[in-house]
Amino acid sequence: MTTKRNSGFCYALLGASISAVALGTAANAAEQITFVSQGGAYQQAQTVAILDPSAKKLGITINQDSIPDAWPAIKTQVGSGKPIWDVVDTPTGYCLRGGEQGLIEKLDFSKIPNTAAMPEAYRSPYSVSYEFYSSVLAYSQKTFPKDAPNNWVDFWDVKKFPGRRALRNHPIATLEAALMADGVAPDKLYPLDVDRAFKKLEEIKPYITVWWTSGAQSAQLLNDGEVDMEMAWNGRVSAVAKEGAKVSFTYNQGILQSTSLCILKGAPNLGTAVKFINEAVDPVHQANLPLNIDYGPGNPKAFETGVIKPERAAQLPSEPANAAKQALMSYAWWSSPAGEAAEKRWASFMQK
Amino acid sequence: MTTSVSDPSQKHQRREHGLMLALVSPALLVILALIALPVGWLAWQSIYHDGFTLENYRRVFTEDIYWRSFALTFEISLAVTLIALLLGYPVAYLANSLPKGWSILILSLVVLPFWTSVLVRAYAWLALLQRTGVINQFLRYLDVISEPLPLVHNTFGTVVATVHILLPFMVLPLYAAMQKIPNDLMQAGASLGASPSVTFFRVFLPLSLPGVLAGCTMVFVLCLGFYITPELLGGGRTVMVSMLVSRNVELYNQFGAASAVAVVLLLSVLVIFFAVSRFISLDRVLGQK
Repeated sequence: MTTKRNSGFCYALLGASISAVALGTAANAAEQITFVSQGGAYQQAQTVAILDPSAKKLGITINQDSIPDAWPAIKTQVGSGKPIWDVVDTPTGYCLRGGEQGLIEKLDFSKIPNTAAMPEAYRSPYSVSYEFYSSVLAYSQKTFPKDAPNNWVDFWDVKKFPGRRALRNHPIATLEAALMADGVAPDKLYPLDVDRAFKKLEEIKPYITVWWTSGAQSAQLLNDGEVDMEMAWNGRVSAVAKEGAKVSFTYNQGILQSTSLCILKGAPNLGTAVKFINEAVDPVHQANLPLNIDYGPGNPKAFETGVIKPERAAQLPSEPANAAKQALMSYAWWSSPAGEAAEKRWASFMQK
Repeated sequence: MTTSVSDPSQKHQRREHGLMLALVSPALLVILALIALPVGWLAWQSIYHDGFTLENYRRVFTEDIYWRSFALTFEISLAVTLIALLLGYPVAYLANSLPKGWSILILSLVVLPFWTSVLVRAYAWLALLQRTGVINQFLRYLDVISEPLPLVHNTFGTVVATVHILLPFMVLPLYAAMQKIPNDLMQAGASLGASPSVTFFRVFLPLSLPGVLAGCTMVFVLCLGFYITPELLGGGRTVMVSMLVSRNVELYNQFGAASAVAVVLLLSVLVIFFAVSRFISLDRVLGQK
């Protein structure tokens, strides 16, 4: 909670601390970068699994900052001509959009050898996948002790699976689910047939009790029995289940989403930032992440390190067998003009 | 003609005005720096983005989602205002007619919720109104209903919670207006043979109307900009204007698209204030003179 600081104040503070550090360490000229993520338990888990070990191994100082939504800050910082941040962990779509708008550096992958073994789809010219989460179909085990809904076709089938439903009040991942409900295969989704998706959504709309806006709300809906099934992020559902609620979810037809690492255009420590990115996706560091939080490693090689026990691996969204059941979100499509148009269309769909 | 310049009382008055201005100037500066400048900057962005443009306003006035949101926002505000008036008037009346000790107690109870955040109160309503909430559980226990009532995640839940939050803004101006009605008038009415209900409707009610107007204006205008309750209790379908503002920042990645919506809302509030000021001095709405 302490991470929700006023960002303007943050910059000032950060600027002051950086100059202080620069003055103090000018003699030994230790390399350093400023790394930004989303704060909370998530950033804490990264610090233990990835950030501290990387800093130690590279012999650099990693200054941390956090912000719930980095996009406006990226725009302002790069716009000012003198960015303070180096590496940002942010939803992959922002890295791509930032790259197109000249706000994000193009990456030289020859200097990031740890990405060589990663699937092509897990990186872009501007970004490297850092961790995975999934938009899954979650349900109450009280309502469905057996024969639970198992895919989006079931979710749309209000006769076979009566009950109250919730979806996210956002087109991303929701349009994908609608198309899968209409029979499109998870690997054949893109480019999305937007008309078809909205048509399918009209079908389920009368049965949606809540269109949720925050992850906390989706967890509360399921926990309180306010809905019987919903789309939710896997980490939220498993957290509720861990606290004893009778809820579960399936990775089947989940939508696999990621945040990625990218570097601000004109970052003050570009060279060190590239070194850090390579270290951050190192299979062993990556394997340590899911031991601290319910997110999957961005580098699938992490599953071959032996650090993640098989029963733990089976719970993670990016574990290869789980990933194979899901649709991999195309951020490239969502940041294309067609994707942006679909996003704008959402509002009028909601209000009709 | 020249006497007015040397008139000592006017001189004194002018000096006092000058002193007053000096005293309020720090506050005025704060308002200028923290409200006028940012709002002005945002308004400027709505018409200037790489050159002069009316695109943001064209969108607000031509796309029907904006029209729907504005209509819904005004409907909700009207409903909240009427309900708050119906609930608030008896409370203010009671506080006004009871002895001092009781009226202080009643007014404290009215103001007490201010001590908790709007967010907490919205969640409290969620706990009360949802399907497995207190009200539905109780009604089912009494066998009044067989299926839980849809009390929240819709416009109804939004209105209930908003009324709760805005009720003090109705009660306080009403109470202030009622305090100024001399009790003698009611006694005079009674001594002339009018029944209590006649004195109420023909003497008290008309005299309390400025308070009614003041309370209604406050509640209506505050409600127009509500964000948290519709966001948390509206189920995603209750899209009020303030939510369009935040949505537009996300959708268009520039402040202008959002501030155009805010400017239109601000102008409609000013129009309402102007209309109200035709009937009643704004001093009475904003301050208690």
